[in-house]
Amino acid sequence: MIINIYINFFMTTISSVFKKLDKQCALIPFITAGDPNLVSTSKALEILDQHGADIIELGLPYSDPLADGPVIQAASSRALKQGINLNNILDMIKMTSSNIVAPIVLFTYYNPVLNLGINNFISAISNAGVKGLLIPDLPIEESDYIISVCKLFNIELILLLAPTSSHERIIKIVKQAPGCIYLVSTTGVTGQKSELTAQLRMLTQTIKEMTHKSIILGFGISTMEQIEEIKDWDINGIVIGSAFVKRLSCSFPDEGLSKIKDFCTAAKRIIIS
Amino acid sequence: MASVGFIGAVAVAPTALPSSRSAFVSATRPVVGVAAPPAVGAARATMMTPPPPGGAAASPASLKTDTVEGVALTASEPQNIADTVYDATVPDARGRYGRFGGQYVPETLMFALEELEAGYAAAIADPAFHEEVNGLLKDFVGRPTPLYFAERLTQHYARADGSGPRIWFKREDLNHTGAHKINNSVMQAVLAKRLGKTRIIAETGAGQHGVATATVCARFGMECEVYMGAQDMERQALNVFRMRLLGARVIPVTAGAGTLSNALSEAIRDWVTRPVETHYIVGSVAGPHPYPYIVRQAHAVIGAETRGQAVAKFGGAPDILIACVGGGSNAIGLFHEFKGDADVRLIGVEAAGKGLDSGEHAATMSRGSLGVLHGSMSYQLQDEWGQLQETHSVSAGLDYPSVGPEHSFMKDTGRCEYVSVTDDEALDAFKLCSRLEGIIPALETAHALAHLDKLCPEVEGNPNIVINLSGRGDKDVNTVVKLFHERGDTDVMG
Repeated sequence: MIINIYINFFMTTISSVFKKLDKQCALIPFITAGDPNLVSTSKALEILDQHGADIIELGLPYSDPLADGPVIQAASSRALKQGINLNNILDMIKMTSSNIVAPIVLFTYYNPVLNLGINNFISAISNAGVKGLLIPDLPIEESDYIISVCKLFNIELILLLAPTSSHERIIKIVKQAPGCIYLVSTTGVTGQKSELTAQLRMLTQTIKEMTHKSIILGFGISTMEQIEEIKDWDINGIVIGSAFVKRLSCSFPDEGLSKIKDFCTAAKRIIIS
Repeated sequence: MASVGFIGAVAVAPTALPSSRSAFVSATRPVVGVAAPPAVGAARATMMTPPPPGGAAASPASLKTDTVEGVALTASEPQNIADTVYDATVPDARGRYGRFGGQYVPETLMFALEELEAGYAAAIADPAFHEEVNGLLKDFVGRPTPLYFAERLTQHYARADGSGPRIWFKREDLNHTGAHKINNSVMQAVLAKRLGKTRIIAETGAGQHGVATATVCARFGMECEVYMGAQDMERQALNVFRMRLLGARVIPVTAGAGTLSNALSEAIRDWVTRPVETHYIVGSVAGPHPYPYIVRQAHAVIGAETRGQAVAKFGGAPDILIACVGGGSNAIGLFHEFKGDADVRLIGVEAAGKGLDSGEHAATMSRGSLGVLHGSMSYQLQDEWGQLQETHSVSAGLDYPSVGPEHSFMKDTGRCEYVSVTDDEALDAFKLCSRLEGIIPALETAHALAHLDKLCPEVEGNPNIVINLSGRGDKDVNTVVKLFHERGDTDVMG
């Protein structure tokens, strides 16, 4: 028990990562759990951790991934076809999370959470060592209960903001966000290339003026040019999803792992340059 | 029921939040921290063993603490507090039908829903909007539709002494484009025009909603794209052609089973991507608020006409209303007018496909559980992990793993009964209605008709039963030919 508390005390949290990096932007790769298989996912978490990832977002495969583009949809459905479920995934996280420094943020749609029960779900992921939670289809209006449960289990619930959010919503979300704020960088689903507009940059400034909470930017960021462009925006993190998922999900798992190692290393190099 | 119910300031009572972990975990396993470091060797071994293909390796029970030592954990969560009292004034200001409904969508879409809600509220306060919609319903759609006495079907179900239920059809099949769907498409197209949208998207299952939407887009000169499951495109080839003829682009959706549910997801993705210039005409009383509400209001004309026609034809309100339920739009359209009449019995008929225990059905009410799909809390067909299940029905329009939130509310509160009918029973009814009434019904509608077989022998006296004849069956002829051939229906196949 004492050992557990000790481990827990020194485990990295999401906020501590941003604090430690100070002005530098955190690199946050996203991968889908179970694609191509759970062994690869475990290895991928370790590789990303060793090659520049500051936080890792892990997607729970879901049958109806409304906010995801074709790449992550396909990864999800491949994972589900193998019969992978939350239990397997949490076992894998439990084993891997103690070997890596980067905290894990779980990305899941709301239905699997509801299905298990909110309390059960949050308790189970906390138990497995997950540090943050992102539910793309849960708007702020429906989040009160889950925010309170997350707090009890030391899980940081990350809330999303979109370029299309009204000013009233921005104020509400910024105020209620228990952890960092995830700014959706396009109006599209993940994996779609789009111009990162001046409007978006202004929006990050607006949020910065309202709060000291950390801001991470994601959805549609896939190239080194984009990373180069936004790393100096005075934001705290960049999430890169489809670009990693695509590289990882090739027919030879070891080749996929080597590809994400290179990509992660290169992305980190740009951020710190 | 005030038609502006959802903009009224009905506050929702805040749900009690847990104040301490001990409130619900004191009796359970330790939860925080890396409790009991995993036996690495053992766990690694488990992980290296690939899970059995297609099957869950373990049951969620191992992750559930809710049953430990008799402490009810999940029961106290807001979504699990069931509604017991029926309230005909739903939805509330947040788009809730009891615990159902709501807006579970990516933040990107919230502005579009807010805009739609405000735009709709402004429209229904404007007499010019009603005038335009009603004018189109009359002259373009052909409303009102008749309430028709199904004389030979009534005789078919009569008792030996000639008494028995009297069966009436609300003839939505006589609408322009052949189904009730156009009531909604017309209203939403006029709304989209008011909102300044230039591009319309829609999802479709059987193709009826797609055709209706393509039709109004042609009428208004709007760009139209319809998402349709690849499997549905095959079984509803005629409707695919009709949509293309009307100038719409039909986009095949190959994800999942290639049916209605996948098409709906893809349409939402499109809307998330281009929300500013696009209006999404949702085709059922499903989706995030305000859709279930505005689609219901568009179809409420069905029940409203029925009320007056029933008085004229048989001097009172109907005793029993029957409609098929996929998402549930034609059913809500008929029921809405009567849901406050406690003595009117409401029956929704779902698709039992190859049987409720076959694993191949779309009977959400009989076999579903609480969940969130397509932006709304409702009953869903899902597995033990909350993954949506693939459904099956001979009818593409009922092939949907969820149901509109108001139906779930009516089920929980007992206001409406939900029953199911198999593919085979629906095919029998399809044939029977064609032979006895000279009306070829849609396969969806045939499900509602098939329930007469069970209902008529059970009812007492001579109740007036109104069935929503929601659509005509021309679109299904190709499918039915194949199925009759397989079944060996020699009377039809020659």
